[in-house]
Amino acid sequence: MPFSHQGRSVLTLALAAGLAGAALPALADDAASATGGKLLLSGGVTQVEGAGGGGLTPWAVIGGYGTRDQIGGNAFYTRVGVDDYSLDSYGALVGFYDRVELSVSRQRFDTEAVGAALGLGRGFAFRQETFGLKVRLFGDAVLEQDSWVPQVSVGLQHKRNDQGGVLAFIGAQDDDGTDLYVSATKLYLAQSLLVNGTVRFTKANQFGILGFGGDRNDDLEPMFEGSVAYLLNRNLALGAEYRQKPDNLGIAEEEDAWDVFLAWAPTKTVSVTVAYVDLGNIVIADNQRGVYASLQVGF
Amino acid sequence: MRPTTHFVFALALGFAVVLPSAARAQSAEEAAALAAEEALLAEEEARLAAEEAATARDPSAPDPAPAHPELRPVLDQFGGRAGLDALMETFVAGLLADEAMRPFFENIDQDRLKGQLADQFCVILGGDCTYGGRDMRSSHAGLGINRAHFNRLVEVLQDAMDQHDVPFAAQNRLLAKLAPMHREVVTE
Repeated sequence: MPFSHQGRSVLTLALAAGLAGAALPALADDAASATGGKLLLSGGVTQVEGAGGGGLTPWAVIGGYGTRDQIGGNAFYTRVGVDDYSLDSYGALVGFYDRVELSVSRQRFDTEAVGAALGLGRGFAFRQETFGLKVRLFGDAVLEQDSWVPQVSVGLQHKRNDQGGVLAFIGAQDDDGTDLYVSATKLYLAQSLLVNGTVRFTKANQFGILGFGGDRNDDLEPMFEGSVAYLLNRNLALGAEYRQKPDNLGIAEEEDAWDVFLAWAPTKTVSVTVAYVDLGNIVIADNQRGVYASLQVGF
Repeated sequence: MRPTTHFVFALALGFAVVLPSAARAQSAEEAAALAAEEALLAEEEARLAAEEAATARDPSAPDPAPAHPELRPVLDQFGGRAGLDALMETFVAGLLADEAMRPFFENIDQDRLKGQLADQFCVILGGDCTYGGRDMRSSHAGLGINRAHFNRLVEVLQDAMDQHDVPFAAQNRLLAKLAPMHREVVTE
């Protein structure tokens, strides 16, 4: 696939930038803090498609620890192991002046034994690249504690799947697609509670792993995603998420996903998120539940 | 001439010579005392002016210490007024130890700062205190404080509260009242 090479080099570059950035604070840690001026965990973690947010859902926060005078960034690796499949995702994002977030990530979905059952071969994998853009429109999720106005951002995630042939065979209408979303995030500090709501306009099947659109529907549909996180202390947040998903393919029922997570950020340069996740039915396998684990390094 | 006359004359002459210089000496002393007194007065005036400026409030600025009687239980979690006084010792020491914060605090009267911070927090947390300091806009004008500085101060305060075993939820209830002050404090 021609896009793969291009995408791969972009990704490598972004990852390198993210990792180099992660090393920077060690140098810039002194004084007037050229980087890392946001409060701990206030940039969220990185969701599965590479945007700053929770695990499943983008938030309105701009990823990384840059304030409106700074640039932030991070790189992540996430593994989701459910009963019959596994998903690996990795990538990087850069947050510019707490206003714009650019992200790039790559997902690999391993069909394991199901691949053999479907005649694709054991361990057959779908790969997808996701390019994300998010812009903060208004609000400050953290500091505006005497106002009900949340932080609101709009974003897009353009995804390209590398298995066009298989996707056409199962009834997907496209091997690429673009999700549009609007997110509202608010920290209720007096309650130590963060709340996020996102509406995503999408026709992606299983995050795009199974292509875009299908025989049952080929239009962008609004899907609701929500997160709540309770701050246990400065370094630790316990939360839950829900992500509604379309159901476009006649041959493969798709269900909504949810998770319960624990995000731990010992410092601004590293965070670890673990979750129990339920992705629902995926193709011929019901109740796909398991563990989500994510490591993020950044500044 | 009789010897007494001579003596009186000599005495008079002596006085005539000595007296003016004694008078001169006296007036120099007086002038010095006067100058010292004037300097003292000027100093006192400057002190009063500074005090007035230090307590001056911009009428358009929000109340720097809005009382929240419902937060009285949070004040108890801080250990009351005494707890706040102890907290400020740690907090201000933390600010002076922090490279990014030190320049903002090293050249001011730190005891006064500790007292005013304790007063301010005490009033906000529904305590029986009075805050006599300036509003947040006047007291931070021209200091060039940006978001990162503001957040860094929050972190130093969080460290101090942790050190004094203030429960995290109580910390957040206070911080929720302080956070909106970023509008007056952050000028960059």
